[in-house]
Amino acid sequence: MEAIIQQFFNLAIMERALPLILSGLKQTILICVLVIPLGLAGGLACAILSLSRLRIARWAAVAGIDFFRAIPPLVLLIFIYAGLPFAGLRPSPMTAVAIAFFLNTSSYYGEIYRAGIESVGQGQWDAARSTGLRGYQTLAYIVLPQAVRNVLPDLVSNTVEVVKLTSIASVVALPELLYSADMARSVTFNSSPIVLAAAIYLVMLWPIVRLISRLERRVAA
Amino acid sequence: MTTGTPPILEIRGLRKKFHDVEILRGIDLLVLPQELVFVIGPSGAGKSTLLRCCNRLEEPSAGSVQVGGVDITARSTDINAMRRQIGMVFQSFNLYPHMTALRNVTLALVKVLRKPRAEAERLGMAALDRVGLANKARSYPGELSGGQQQRVAIARALALEPKVMLFDEPTSALDPELVGSVLNVMRELKRGGMTMLVVSHEMRFARDAADRVIFMDHGLIVEEGPPQRIFSTPSEARTRAFIAELGR
Repeated sequence: MEAIIQQFFNLAIMERALPLILSGLKQTILICVLVIPLGLAGGLACAILSLSRLRIARWAAVAGIDFFRAIPPLVLLIFIYAGLPFAGLRPSPMTAVAIAFFLNTSSYYGEIYRAGIESVGQGQWDAARSTGLRGYQTLAYIVLPQAVRNVLPDLVSNTVEVVKLTSIASVVALPELLYSADMARSVTFNSSPIVLAAAIYLVMLWPIVRLISRLERRVAA
Repeated sequence: MTTGTPPILEIRGLRKKFHDVEILRGIDLLVLPQELVFVIGPSGAGKSTLLRCCNRLEEPSAGSVQVGGVDITARSTDINAMRRQIGMVFQSFNLYPHMTALRNVTLALVKVLRKPRAEAERLGMAALDRVGLANKARSYPGELSGGQQQRVAIARALALEPKVMLFDEPTSALDPELVGSVLNVMRELKRGGMTMLVVSHEMRFARDAADRVIFMDHGLIVEEGPPQRIFSTPSEARTRAFIAELGR
């Protein structure tokens, strides 16, 4: 018992690792602030393309969404970080992370938006268009507000997945939360920093997970 | 009908095909200013499709539709500019559930006609007043009865001051006790000189408000005439059979 506490819940070591871990947390938050809006915007673009009247646009959107949903995000990130230099581009870790997450999360958000848009009945389009509103106006004022409300739990849920996924940035040596905690572990030969990092993820995400349950109940009602 | 006055709505040789099925097989129809024309017929006759071709919610396969002398099927026509002159009321109301009654009415005034918000709200309140719902301006559709929702939908179309209004079975989704309120609003519109093309089976209303009744079947106009004649002494066997069915 004593050994377990020493190895995993060592408060002295946690305290020593804290500054490093907090700087990691800052990087994690920075990644989130960058990639979540990028993904939400990219996803919306994908959804609109996939509903386009132009067959080629629909086809491109579906192909893109399928491709980037099928590719493991870790593979995508390593390819961009380690592969692009062969094409003469040398992205910084943050740039590589932003590109990989943009491609990966846009496709997921895109599918969610698409389901939301399809959940709004044709009658809403008919009514709005019959008053002279243009297609994009109908989308912006009538369909999207209802669509987003209908799929809000899924959007938030996916955002939680994105936050958790930011830990893969550690493989390109971006010193985010997990990377910092792992560094602290290797210096102290003690797992307590990892436990601390896990606790921080939990504290960040648990309220959001609760929120999703409440949103789901509201949408179902 | 009288000659000389140019029609508000002029439909010529209108055809509509969905895949291989021809829903409209050559419709010719004139609606004169201030006329209330009723369209009746069995389901699948093409009544709704006819209305939806009149503002190009459905794209006609052939023929032309002119509104106020402008061919709305022409490529050069700005259909969005024309649509605000063609009010439409739907069977299922189709109010925007996330907006108040007033916002439902003012949205197109602001976004299509580019009215300043204050003026749009004044016009919106006036339109709601005409349907007797000025006191429900701040209510959301979910808080209104079906009859009230349909009257808000009428106000939404009315606020744009259309030249003609299309009604697609405006009372068929309503509980019987709520039908009267909607028909009263339509009667008021008629009195105010609105031109209307109405798909509905409210026979009593047609008898005392319609100028003409058109009986459609299988994508064609079978016969037309004043309501008294169509309902009492129709000349076509198909019309007679349908009217008998309705009367039961």
